[in-house]
Order: sequence, then C-alpha cells, then structure tokens
Amino acid sequence: MNPKRWFSSDWLLVVPLALFFVIFVGVPLALVAFISLHNDTAMMHYGVRQYLLFFGDGYNRGILWETLGLGAATTVVTAVLGYPVAWLYGVATARWRRVLMVLILLPLLTSSVVRTFAWVVILGNQGLVNEMLLGLGWISAPLRLLYTPQAVILSLAQIELPLMVLPLITALSAIDTRLPEASHALGASRWRTWWKIVLPLSVPGLLSGTLLVFTGAASAFVVQTLVGGGQLMYMPFYIYEQAIQTQDYPFASALAVILLVSVLVVVTLLNYFGRRTRGFVHG
Amino acid sequence: MADFDPTMTAPLAAQPGGKSFHATMGLLGGLGLLVLIAPTLIVLVTSLTSGYSLKFPPPGFSLRWYKALIFDSPEIIDDLLLSLRLAALATACATVLAVAAAVTLARRRSLAARLLDSFFMSPLTIPSLALGLGILILFNLESAGLSFYSLLAGHIALCAPYVLYTTSASYAQLDPALLDSSICLGASSRFTFRRMVLPALAPGIASGAFIAFMNSFDNVALSLFLSDARSEVLPIHLWHIIEDSLDVRAAAASGVLIIATLASMLLMERLSGLSKQFR
Repeated sequence: MNPKRWFSSDWLLVVPLALFFVIFVGVPLALVAFISLHNDTAMMHYGVRQYLLFFGDGYNRGILWETLGLGAATTVVTAVLGYPVAWLYGVATARWRRVLMVLILLPLLTSSVVRTFAWVVILGNQGLVNEMLLGLGWISAPLRLLYTPQAVILSLAQIELPLMVLPLITALSAIDTRLPEASHALGASRWRTWWKIVLPLSVPGLLSGTLLVFTGAASAFVVQTLVGGGQLMYMPFYIYEQAIQTQDYPFASALAVILLVSVLVVVTLLNYFGRRTRGFVHG
Repeated sequence: MADFDPTMTAPLAAQPGGKSFHATMGLLGGLGLLVLIAPTLIVLVTSLTSGYSLKFPPPGFSLRWYKALIFDSPEIIDDLLLSLRLAALATACATVLAVAAAVTLARRRSLAARLLDSFFMSPLTIPSLALGLGILILFNLESAGLSFYSLLAGHIALCAPYVLYTTSASYAQLDPALLDSSICLGASSRFTFRRMVLPALAPGIASGAFIAFMNSFDNVALSLFLSDARSEVLPIHLWHIIEDSLDVRAAAASGVLIIATLASMLLMERLSGLSKQFR
C-alpha cells in the first residue's frame, strides 16, 4: 500500500503555512520589487531610474562587487580550513567524533553577535594579537587590524566554518572506502588518491557548503558592520542605511532586489553544478 | 555506507606520500579547530576581567561584570526577556505550521509539492534584510505600524524552514511498512498518526524547533527593520553596545549566552540526537 493514501485528503494541512508565507514572504518581496520600480521617493512615477542610478555609479557597483567578493573569499577560506576538519572527523574514533561534533556545533549555535564580539576582542587595539606583537617587541604601536577587509573575511570565515564542515562530513562519510583502498593497492600515493578519487567524490559536499557559506557571508549584517566598521560598506548595511536613515525606499528596494538577484544567480549556478556532480558520483 | 575506518588508515599512512598527507591534513585541521573554538574561549576569559576594558589577556580576574550585568542592567535583562519571549512564540507558531505542512509534503514528488517546498525554504537563501524591508513596507502600507506582532511575523517566517526541513527528513526515514501494518491491524489513521508517526518524528521536530529558536534569538537583520522604538531585542542591544562603547558588560552577557548555548545544546543532544540533523 502506498503511504500517500494516508494523508491524501490532507492537503488542507499545508494551507496555513502557505497562506502565512504568501502574506509575509511573497507579498513583501513583491512589494520590494514594485517599490524599486519608482523614479522618485514620493513614488509618483514608475521607471527604472533607481537601477540606472545604481549601475551608472562606480561607487555603487563597487559595493556590489565587494559584497560578492567577500562571499567568495569567505568561501575559499572556509573550504581550506574546513576540509581538513571534516577529514579529521572521518578518521577519528567514536569518542573523538563526539568531541569534534561539539566543537563544530557550538560556534554554529552561539549567537553571531557574540562570535563577532570575540573578533573585536581579538583584533582590537588592546586585543590578543596586538598585545602579543607588542609583548614580543615586533611593533611599537598597536596595528589597526579591525575595520580592514581581511579582518571581515577572517571573522566571517570563522562564523561560517561549521556550515562548510558539516556537508563535507556527510560527503566524506558517503565515500565507499574500497575506492581509496583500490587506489592504494594499485600503487597511487596518498596525495594522488586524494586528488584523483576522494576530492572529486567530495565535490557535492563542497558545493552545498559553498551555497550555505556564500549566501550567509554576502548578507552577514552583524560582522560586516562590527568588524568592517563605518569605512567598509557592503550591500546589507547600504540597504539599511538607505531605508532607515535616508528613508529613500525606492533606492533601498532596488538595492535589496539587486542583492537578492545576485545571490539567487549564484545559488542557481551552484545547484546546477551540484546536480551534475551528483550524477557523476553515483554514475 | 562505510565510514573511514581509523584502524585501516593507520597502515595506509605507510603508503607513499602518507606522512606528508597526514601531516598537512592534521595541521590544517588543527588550525581549523583552533579557529572554530578559540574566539569562544577568548570571550569567556575576557568576561572574567577585573579591569575596565576589553584588554586581552585581562589584568586580573573577577566576577564583577557578571554582577553588574545581573544587578545594574535592567535594560539588558528586559531585552533578554523580550528576545526569549519572541523566540519562544515564533518557534511555537512556526513548529505548528511547519509540522502540519511537512507531514503533507514529505512524501509527495509532484511539481506543486516541490515548488511549495522551495517557497517554504526560501527564507534561508533570501538575504533577511530584503525580507525585513518587505515586511516593513507591508506593515506601513496597512498603516498597522510596527509592534511586537510585526517582529513576530518576520521571525515565524525565519523559523519555519528549519522545522520543515528536520521534520521532512525524519518523515523520509520512517518505514512505510510500519504504517501499512498498523492500518492492516485495524488501527485508524488518526491512531496511527498519534501513536506511530508523531513519536517517530518527535526528535526531528524537537531538533528543528531548537535550531529555529537559536536562529530567532540570534537574528539582527530582520529585527532591525521590524521592531518598534520601544522594543529592542537583545542581539540588537549588544550590537549597539559593541558598536558604540565596548562596555565590558557585553562580554559578560556573551559569557552567559555561550554557557546557556552549550548547556542547551548538550541537553538537546541527549534528548533528541541534535547532531544527527546536521549529517
């Protein structure tokens, strides 16, 4: 008997959530798109002036590229640090796996404001890094570490790292151990086996991790504002500033649409590659 | 599927290139783990400082900032209570809505079901600032103004995907033969649902609700747009403190949050196997 029969009359159960999502997700996003298509803040004239304004100005385009670049750089750092962590989890004993899981999940569940705060403490003028360098006598005055793009990338990478490690653990544990064994038996070195066999088979995990890290990093308001400070401008704070401080709703809405579409384009591309590589893994 | 077997990898280290491979992976992995955990430890140590600044290492240790937090900071406590109330209500509403939807959607493969599923998961991908701005415009349009309820609406949308995801995953693991035998033995479908389906889904639902709660409690981007002037949630309050004054009470508040997160995480792991949801 098909389990479908069980709740076949119960499409009704989806209705409450569907209604809620139409009103509080669908309609709001449609409103943002609609308002972005107005030429003036009084919203009397329709037009694409906000978009022309955005793409016609190098400063604005720069902010978009900085934001997407931040997502990409964060993804690379999390992949380089996260892959070995997932590998360690793979070779660990059951007891160590429990410890590792706590170490990986605790940062994920801890408030992002708290985790960002940690980086303000580490990189601040009286922070860990500056005190250490001063103590060693390598520098005579505290370095300005906060409010640099590198600091933003490093803090974001730490905050998003669990989201890269977890899909990689899933992907690595799904690999048939006989494949690397066969590769060794046929005389390949560890590196060659990893490069030719294990890494290609872990691509689906890398892609899901990339998806989560990129979308998270591109819209990470807290880190961008606290570690980036006032000098570094990224799309999320730009949206906030234009909407709440300048009260320019059409421009803020256009910014939101542009960020949303850029993120969705990246997600769609990754999903496309993801489907192709999954076929590759099982085929 | 077989995992990497530690007993097997040991002799494999003797393979050509085995040493350099293990050394590289081990070192980078160790660095990754250090990066993961060090910031949390540093915040905990800093919160115990006896000084007036966030100097690290602290000049001395005391519990003074925890005392200041508990006895002299009614505004932080108020915001904490608001955040807890908001996260609890949003999680409760989202859980009821999402479990009902998940039970229906989980085994359907039709286009409509898949589209609805993507729609319900979309708050995870959509930058929450875009969603916040949209809901703000919606409430202004209805001249409803902002209140606790605008905040709640946004947070329910944020919470629903987590519960939907974990509940659907648990449902997919449910053996259909069990349901069939229950029906064949004469149980009503309501009885089967209550006595078999719900208990089997419970760990998934509980884990999803927990993750949703933590996310709602942590959210800044939506709350920035949706809270009225009177209600400030805790993460926004801390955000302001860190941005403006770097008051050490922020470290004490962070310390409290870290301990509470660790304790509730270990509790959920014991109760519902939380970590299974992430693999």
